[in-house]
Amino acid sequence: MRRRILPGFGLSLGYALAYLGLIVLLPLAALAWKASGIGLHGLIRLLSSPRTFAALKLSFVGATFAAVVNAVVGLLVAWVLVRYRFPGRRFLDALVDLPFALPTAVAGIALTALYAPNGWLGQWLVPHGIQIAYAPPGVILAMVFVGFPFVVRTLQPVLESLDRDVEEAAESLGASHLQTFFRVILPMLFPTLLTGFALALARAVGEYGSVIFIAGNIPMRSEIAPLLIVEKLEEFNYAGAAALGMVMLIASFVLLIIISLLQRWSRRWAEQTR
Amino acid sequence: MTASLTTAASTTAAATSLQKRQPHWPRKIGRALLILVAVSFLAVFLVLPLSVVFVEAFRQGMHAYLSSIKQPEALSAIRLTLLVAVIAVPLNVVFGVAAAWAMARFEFRGKALLGAFIDLPFSISPVISGLVYVLLFGAQGWFGPWLDAHNVKIIFAVPGLVLATIFITLPFVARELIPLMQAQGSDEEEAARVLGAGGWQMFFRVTLPNIRWALLYGVLLSNARAMGEFGAVSVVSGHIRGLTTTMPLEVEMRYNEYDYVGAFAIASLLALLALLTLAIKTLLEWHYGDEIAAHAPGGH
Repeated sequence: MRRRILPGFGLSLGYALAYLGLIVLLPLAALAWKASGIGLHGLIRLLSSPRTFAALKLSFVGATFAAVVNAVVGLLVAWVLVRYRFPGRRFLDALVDLPFALPTAVAGIALTALYAPNGWLGQWLVPHGIQIAYAPPGVILAMVFVGFPFVVRTLQPVLESLDRDVEEAAESLGASHLQTFFRVILPMLFPTLLTGFALALARAVGEYGSVIFIAGNIPMRSEIAPLLIVEKLEEFNYAGAAALGMVMLIASFVLLIIISLLQRWSRRWAEQTR
Repeated sequence: MTASLTTAASTTAAATSLQKRQPHWPRKIGRALLILVAVSFLAVFLVLPLSVVFVEAFRQGMHAYLSSIKQPEALSAIRLTLLVAVIAVPLNVVFGVAAAWAMARFEFRGKALLGAFIDLPFSISPVISGLVYVLLFGAQGWFGPWLDAHNVKIIFAVPGLVLATIFITLPFVARELIPLMQAQGSDEEEAARVLGAGGWQMFFRVTLPNIRWALLYGVLLSNARAMGEFGAVSVVSGHIRGLTTTMPLEVEMRYNEYDYVGAFAIASLLALLALLTLAIKTLLEWHYGDEIAAHAPGGH
């Protein structure tokens, strides 16, 4: 190995490891330790509580639903922003990051002000039987909002570097635009789309600030798992809060691993069809 | 159109190039439709929530707006938010630079694992990020009894808010710097060393100028998140008015007390911060895209 000419390896790595250990790893160890305190019996009792189960289901199913919406809409928006030129494009492009920059509490009260029964949009939607705020659709709406930039931002660079020759070849061989999109472009984009999907999903599963305002937090109906953790903490049920937190962490990691396997498989598939 | 086609049809090459430049009408309509759908979605989904914040804040006029911002608990929330960010962001800058230096300049075992650990706070629910500190330092936490005996307060006090904010914003700077420094390579730094520069001299004269815009970009993003964080600080704050409520928490408390104008007034300040962040971010991307590598157009 070449002798190191650059200094500071020990210092920088040592500092980074110590900092990471103190800020991230030690606290997470405390989480695992406290969670294990309730034991297998306690875990079964926790998960078999209908209220906990309903909250976990809403967090995970709702987040999956929101990530699917984000994948579809995000693909459309990324496509329009990359491929077409129209007035206001750069402004809209910059605006895509708004959900990253806007504090979640602000997003939460703003969305509620729009979709509550007496809100800007709610007063028109609710009489038609479309209730969004204080119901599961509100939870999903907030989750779509916070996850929206992920899909657009992961797709954009890939769309920009996409080889147009392949598209032109497909079209010169007589493929229609839709055929070209679904048979040629989408398979090439699919692995990246999955990355964006996974990021949006991970964000939505744990989202708290924007959801709790619009959700109404009705137990068994519109209560998310992170809120249940907060409630357990307020009752000084540390072990229960830690266990529920651990369950959420493990479930989201399993989900992310499945997505990355799916991604590997789809990438191989995309390469084979080429 | 027909006239121009007949003149151009003299050679087939010219005709195909003309067809290429002017897509026939079904395609034009499809294109216009897609743009329309995307723009209306962004308008309803992003612009409308942003506008509602300002409209609701000024619902009872300028006077009510200003007086709700000038209330003592609002001012102390603003001060606390600034204080937390001023502590958390620089600490994460130092960490980010150190981590990026180690990871982009040296090979060592477990590097991928270190990278995964740095990203960890991004994939953890903010509530859990706050919870872990309660488990460490809360009344029934690991260090709770010891802290209590020595009269040190972390949870339901400012140190807890700072810790939770550091946790949440830890990855931003490191994530921005690592890919950039890897792409830049170490030639210039090695040259500086060969020419006799000391370690810190090399760092301040070569490394830092090369990464300054990416560093600023990372600071900008961490600052926005630090000032706007809600879930994690909410868990460790205890919501003590005037002492442990940051701006986002003050928004929540006013909202729950049905003081909507007051809640949206504070929210409007945070929304302004978000808009300012987006504006600076966009300017940085336009002017220094190449020096923020990971975000340069097609720069992946």
